[in-house]
Amino acid sequence: MSLYYAVVAALLCGMAVIGLFRTDDLLRRILALNVLASATFLLLVTLARTDSGIDPVPHVMVLTGIVVAVSTTAAALGLTIRAHERRHEESQ
Amino acid sequence: MTALTLGFDLLLAAGLVWLGWQALFLPRRFAAVVHFMAFNLLMALVWVRLEAPDIALAEAAIGAGVTGALLLTALGRLPSAAAVGSHPQQWHRYWRYPAIFAACVGAGWLAWGVQRLPRPGLAAEVTAELDATGVSHAVTAVLLNIRALDTLLEVAVMLGAVMLVWSLGPALRPFAPATSLPGLPALSRLLHPLFLLVPTYLLWRGAHAPGGAFPAGAVLGAGGILLLLADRVGWMQQPRFKTLLRLLLVAGLALFLAVGLGGLLLTGTFLAIPQALAKSAILAVEVATALSIALMLMALYLYGEPGR
Repeated sequence: MSLYYAVVAALLCGMAVIGLFRTDDLLRRILALNVLASATFLLLVTLARTDSGIDPVPHVMVLTGIVVAVSTTAAALGLTIRAHERRHEESQ
Repeated sequence: MTALTLGFDLLLAAGLVWLGWQALFLPRRFAAVVHFMAFNLLMALVWVRLEAPDIALAEAAIGAGVTGALLLTALGRLPSAAAVGSHPQQWHRYWRYPAIFAACVGAGWLAWGVQRLPRPGLAAEVTAELDATGVSHAVTAVLLNIRALDTLLEVAVMLGAVMLVWSLGPALRPFAPATSLPGLPALSRLLHPLFLLVPTYLLWRGAHAPGGAFPAGAVLGAGGILLLLADRVGWMQQPRFKTLLRLLLVAGLALFLAVGLGGLLLTGTFLAIPQALAKSAILAVEVATALSIALMLMALYLYGEPGR
């Protein structure tokens, strides 16, 4: 079953990469990066299921990864909003 | 039973791929963001299926809740036209198909490679060391004792993100949703005890079962963002709470560093916790980290420094 989810994760990775380079919109790029991060987390957790039981180390990596992902998303969105405000002021 | 779970897995995977597709390729931004939030909710179900309840708890609160709120707020601040800064360059057209082909090949290679990857795993090693860590839940043990350095750096990264966002300018004033939606303050008043009770329970549970600092901080932070939306956190904007707010934001990192340096003094190794003190030290670090994570999520949601 975990191998089956690994294929789903690989498919999502491919889709997210296509979504990332296909758009010029910064908000959509941030969305695509988030989908890519989720797919990578899924890949890591499927690898955590071993013959000797569930390996907690990838789980911990994903747990910290989720928090880092939300931090970078907020920072990128903050920069996007400010860049847009600056451009808006200049055009007036 | 197996047929039922297989059907559930198939449905879950199909939903995940479909929602991911919608989030990436829908022409309307708002629809894309909403599909992305639903994608994260399904992701939380997938974590439960893959026996990772800690991640499911954090994903439901952060992925679907906090990230969704961040994206929706940014959406309201950005112009609705997708034309902002969109200047398609000529080479995009020629390289589009080779690039799509390369991405497909890469995904296929990834799917093929994952099946063949060796999986040694560290489950046995972690179980052997579990008694010495002071907690009985493996994920919490790795998070706050065995690989505490990763967690320390992760809290530092989050603080760095808060500093970056706050350095950009004053906090964005909300579009006063409290006045346009009179139900919101009442709802937040009603839900607030729950948003305090659930994280406390998760925090206490973390020592022996799924839970701990990250899910607790995430749920508390999501509740805090609801309070920000209802305009009920006026103290964050007031100058006299400026120092207190900053102290609370660094509390998790500071206590973590203090425990690490204490370990250096007592045992000679940075972040090594003596076994007798491990349980109480981990609990203290967890409480401080959960509080800091919740406040940092709220701080990020402000998109700027409050009270400036």
